Amino acid sequence: MRIDHDALVVGAGGAGLWAALELARAGISTGVLTKLYPTRSHTGAAQGGVCAALGNQEEDHWEWHMFDTVKGGDYLVDQDAAEVLAHEAIETVIELEHMGLPFNRTPDGKIDQRRFGGHTRNFGEAPVKRACFAADRTGHMILQTLYQNCIKAGVHFYDEYHVVDLLFEGGEGGDGGRAAGVVAYRIADGELHTFGAKAVLLATGGNGRMFSITSNAHSLTGDGMALAYRHGIPLEDMEFYQFHPTGIYGIGILLSEAARGEGGTLLNSEGERFMARYAPKAMELAPRDMVSRAIYLEIRDGRGIGPKKDYVYLDVRHLGRAVIEEKLPDITEFARVYLGVEPLTEPVPIQPTAHYAMGGIPTDLRTRVVRDEMNTPVEGLFAAGEAACVSVHGANRLGTNSLVDLLVFGRRAGREMTAYCRAATLPAIAPAVEEPVRAELEALRTRPDGESPSALKDDLATLMMDNVGVFRTAPMMAAAVAGVAQIKERYTRVRVRDTGRVFNTDLLEARELGYLIDCAEAMATSAISRTESRGAHSRDDFPERDDVNFLAHTLAYRGEAGPSLRYKPVTITRFEPKPRVY
Amino acid sequence: MQVDLRILRFDPERDAAPHWESYRVDAEPMDRVLNLLISVKADQDGTLTFRRSCAHGICGSDAMLINGRNRLACKIRVDQLGRKITVAPLTGLPVMKDLVVDMDGFLAKYRSVMPFLIADTPPPERERRQSPADRARYDDTTKCILCAACTTACPSFWAQPSYVGPAAIVNAHRFIFDTRDDAGDERLEILADKDGVWRCRTIFNCVDACPRGINITRAILEVSRAVVERTV
Repeated sequence: MRIDHDALVVGAGGAGLWAALELARAGISTGVLTKLYPTRSHTGAAQGGVCAALGNQEEDHWEWHMFDTVKGGDYLVDQDAAEVLAHEAIETVIELEHMGLPFNRTPDGKIDQRRFGGHTRNFGEAPVKRACFAADRTGHMILQTLYQNCIKAGVHFYDEYHVVDLLFEGGEGGDGGRAAGVVAYRIADGELHTFGAKAVLLATGGNGRMFSITSNAHSLTGDGMALAYRHGIPLEDMEFYQFHPTGIYGIGILLSEAARGEGGTLLNSEGERFMARYAPKAMELAPRDMVSRAIYLEIRDGRGIGPKKDYVYLDVRHLGRAVIEEKLPDITEFARVYLGVEPLTEPVPIQPTAHYAMGGIPTDLRTRVVRDEMNTPVEGLFAAGEAACVSVHGANRLGTNSLVDLLVFGRRAGREMTAYCRAATLPAIAPAVEEPVRAELEALRTRPDGESPSALKDDLATLMMDNVGVFRTAPMMAAAVAGVAQIKERYTRVRVRDTGRVFNTDLLEARELGYLIDCAEAMATSAISRTESRGAHSRDDFPERDDVNFLAHTLAYRGEAGPSLRYKPVTITRFEPKPRVY
Repeated sequence: MQVDLRILRFDPERDAAPHWESYRVDAEPMDRVLNLLISVKADQDGTLTFRRSCAHGICGSDAMLINGRNRLACKIRVDQLGRKITVAPLTGLPVMKDLVVDMDGFLAKYRSVMPFLIADTPPPERERRQSPADRARYDDTTKCILCAACTTACPSFWAQPSYVGPAAIVNAHRFIFDTRDDAGDERLEILADKDGVWRCRTIFNCVDACPRGINITRAILEVSRAVVERTV
């Protein structure tokens, strides 16, 4: 079936929903395609807050937020993008409140704010209360509020439509072509639908499922990134992947930084607050890459806890029942349900968990996808949120800035696409354009024998966790590059067991594995080629940052013999790179 | 330990009617039912079909009937259920395949109560003020994740499928008692309908089913009281 809209939004998390809202309010015919239902998107799992320099609790300025973002990202952040992020965060959060978001309140009725890792006053002096929050379900409330407003604005949703290809007119996306639409697989009956549009937004989120211990939903399989990559568009800074310090031991479910923001501490097997040795000023509120590394080093040096000495404790007991139950209710419940631990009386076992892709589809400040080091836009194609790399997070994202990013740039995407749609004409789509992807899916569905995709996925996740994790060395990353190449080859022979057409999740999981492999390939190759340590990319063999050679973004292009890399300069406006001390 | 897992299966492309299938699964006491389902799908039968996403009780994808009660598969543990576990789709919604039900009717009811803030006054330059006490008034009902566990546990809904159901009333409550909202009367009008709040028989199944711990019956009673106060 063929369906046309002026604009298509792929993914219904915070970025996609806000873009769709802007488009619908402007009267642009918009379709939102999501492989889930919108309220199932992983924006809803964000807990702690969304930073904006409102100054409701104490003095604050967006310039301070911008500085923290740049320093937190170890100076790989594009500073013009960080300025947009910090500046527009303020009006964006106020607009969310106007839309109905139930923020916690100060005694005088303003939006309440709390501390969060890496967010400081006066360019690094001391922690500042900048994170606006709704208990510890801020992301849930953002997702609900945006979905509610999309319903109010009459946004057209295609729920459980799995986008399986991107369409271009006049050449590939990486080769001067213009976005023309998408092909989507309707999960309910396995039918392929061709959607035509002037403008397409990729807002498909991250790819954390390539790691074995992750906070990410099962659905986070890098779909948008991989589809762009397959059409000749590079992936930027894929080697920068955030491991969040406080994942539930053995499972990876996240315990929000809000626990540390409210005063929770980290303890090793000797009962020591070990962060004093790594970040004496910021302590537990140092940026996530530093805290995750500290945990890794404590465990490596024998100060881990438990039978395998492979976790540390997050301790909130001293905060008292009132703070824990009022401000950290979900976190407390997670510990009870998933570990059987009572945080009121017991410390909680935690370990770093794969959490967030700083890299992704390269875009400019207007959310237009760009395809080279000169920032040449791909006409009609946009990206925002975790799927995109604008780059506001550089080498390490600060807590809450994921929500700030998807809100600020989702909103920008909607406005940019509105203007674009008003000027553009509908591209031509050739008949039978969905046939190549139909053939791929049919081959997967009907292959008579081969290996199980779920076992192959486990192999990929273990390989990446062991070799492209918190600490990296050349031999580890070489093993990852070779291992991913082998997995990619094995993938050509996987066999799905469900050959039906109705709700065939076996088929779609196999398809998603292909996306993860593409993302892992770009990540491993980008990582081994960056011979320095910066932010979340931390190498034993190259422990120092190297601004002479690597103050640059990586662009990984897909190729038959593996990815090829190019580099583009970082935009520096206000803050010259300095050593990063907390 | 080993668990005997019975699952109500239905494939519309093969089966005339749903039927039970049994699986023996290795499990740890702290495993959740979702772990068992994933294990069956990976190792025993790749055609087993269920929705899942976040796997920690926040996205609402995997509500199902587990040992006779509506639970999120990712949030109920083996040690809470024992060695014999039965899993079936939610009751009262059309089954698409195995544990997957058609959510369209459920979401249409959610939409029918105007689940969005309607403020008549133009927004101020900064945030609308709201006291912590006023904010607390509707805190409980902001937790809803639209998993449908409550509505599909409700005997009134089973008896009368046109009943708007507890989830929709919860979401109406979230706005009716928000001081920033000006459309409470319109929502109360909708819920005063014969398929509105009056169908609640305070059976409390919804409260037992809610994975978010929302006191749904209390929310429905508060809305009912508001309906009376405005229409009597």
